[in-house]
Amino acid sequence: MIGKGKVFSFWALIVIVVCMLYSMWRAKSGRPVKIRKISGLDAIEEAVGRATEMGRPVHFCPGIGGISAIEAPQTFAALSLMGYVAHLCARFDVRALIVTIRTPEVLPLAEETVRQAYLEEGKIDSYVPTNIRFLSNQQFAYAAAVFGIMAREKPAANFLLGAFWAEALMLAEVGSEVGALQIAGTAQLSQVPFFVAASDYCLIGEELFAGAAYLSRDEVQLGSILGQDISKAIVAALMLVGIIAKQLGSTYFTSLLSK
Amino acid sequence: MILGFFFTYKPLAQASQTVQNWGVLVSAFALGMASVNLIRVHLRRISKGQELDWLYSGALLVALAGMAALGIAKGPSNKTYTFWFDALFTPGQATVYAMTGFYIASAAFRAFRIRNIESAILLISAAFVMLGNVSVGEALWKGFPTYGKWLMDVPNLAGQRGMMIGAGIGGIAGGLRVLLGIEKSYLGGSGS
Repeated sequence: MIGKGKVFSFWALIVIVVCMLYSMWRAKSGRPVKIRKISGLDAIEEAVGRATEMGRPVHFCPGIGGISAIEAPQTFAALSLMGYVAHLCARFDVRALIVTIRTPEVLPLAEETVRQAYLEEGKIDSYVPTNIRFLSNQQFAYAAAVFGIMAREKPAANFLLGAFWAEALMLAEVGSEVGALQIAGTAQLSQVPFFVAASDYCLIGEELFAGAAYLSRDEVQLGSILGQDISKAIVAALMLVGIIAKQLGSTYFTSLLSK
Repeated sequence: MILGFFFTYKPLAQASQTVQNWGVLVSAFALGMASVNLIRVHLRRISKGQELDWLYSGALLVALAGMAALGIAKGPSNKTYTFWFDALFTPGQATVYAMTGFYIASAAFRAFRIRNIESAILLISAAFVMLGNVSVGEALWKGFPTYGKWLMDVPNLAGQRGMMIGAGIGGIAGGLRVLLGIEKSYLGGSGS
């Protein structure tokens, strides 16, 4: 039996999953998928290229969230993007890719992601394990340690992607002070304005999740982004119908949502 | 775990709890591995002996070993242990957090420069919200609090909710790609 207050959520999840599966199947069957350009993701190559030309390192922070709570999808999305950045760093022979970690369980994933990327690019000799650094699992101790690394290493590109809280603005501002080209992204709504203000490119909410699929250029993965858009259209239509129904005095949608 | 969230069937809830408990165990081991990483990074810096880096790294390792030894030997509620935590670590955290105010000012200075129509709208909106939240704003014009509140409650909230819905659906899409094994790039491969 579905728990009280979760019936609508359950069926909404089913509808969204069906939309995604349909879009992925549609893409797999050969129908082209057209999705809009995401400038923040297109700028990743430019940022890594800049670091190569300047002979300075790249800094990547996959957020300060873990892999088991509500912010886990953001961490996984950030790790996927980290893989892409690591590939570019290895290919372009960037001086160093410094990854700073706050959550202990993210460390092995980050180590493996970067190592595998260097291995696939045939540059495993350039992989430096001590560049993947666990700093502290305390929020502001971690932030202070990142300030220090930024000030000493002066990265030319700063990637802040994942779940962030109060340290978001500080990290982006320090990156700006050292002259790094910054690409930030989070689905933490309270931190989005800070990233918009302080970074060069900002991935807002769903753009972060779409990142790996967008960069892979794999049709099936792109199909899932199309599925996201179809789901959003359904939600928008439901909202419109709900607003009209409410204005006409109907409580049907209110009671439906609370089921 | 997804089924455990939606359904009231007891074995599902128990299975979900078991998996979560495994997560706690993995986290505990991960903290041990992270400590090894921390020690390795700082030992390397000490061995290099560049400028004052060796001193900072040395201080960190001594503090790490000292607090760990004290915590294990006397327990986390020991007076000496809590003294060092409360007298050194807590004020340090608070100090870093307090710096946010200065960073907000410098970020606002850059964000509020009028470069195009969007930044002009941002500046005007921010002026209304800021003046609406301070008593001098109300003294200047009674409309500041009203319009500032409207900006926060209507356009701002509508935008935030739109982003929230998009992020929620994006999270489901990301989760589905991972569960179906379509996206594996978080494990280090090229993802294809």
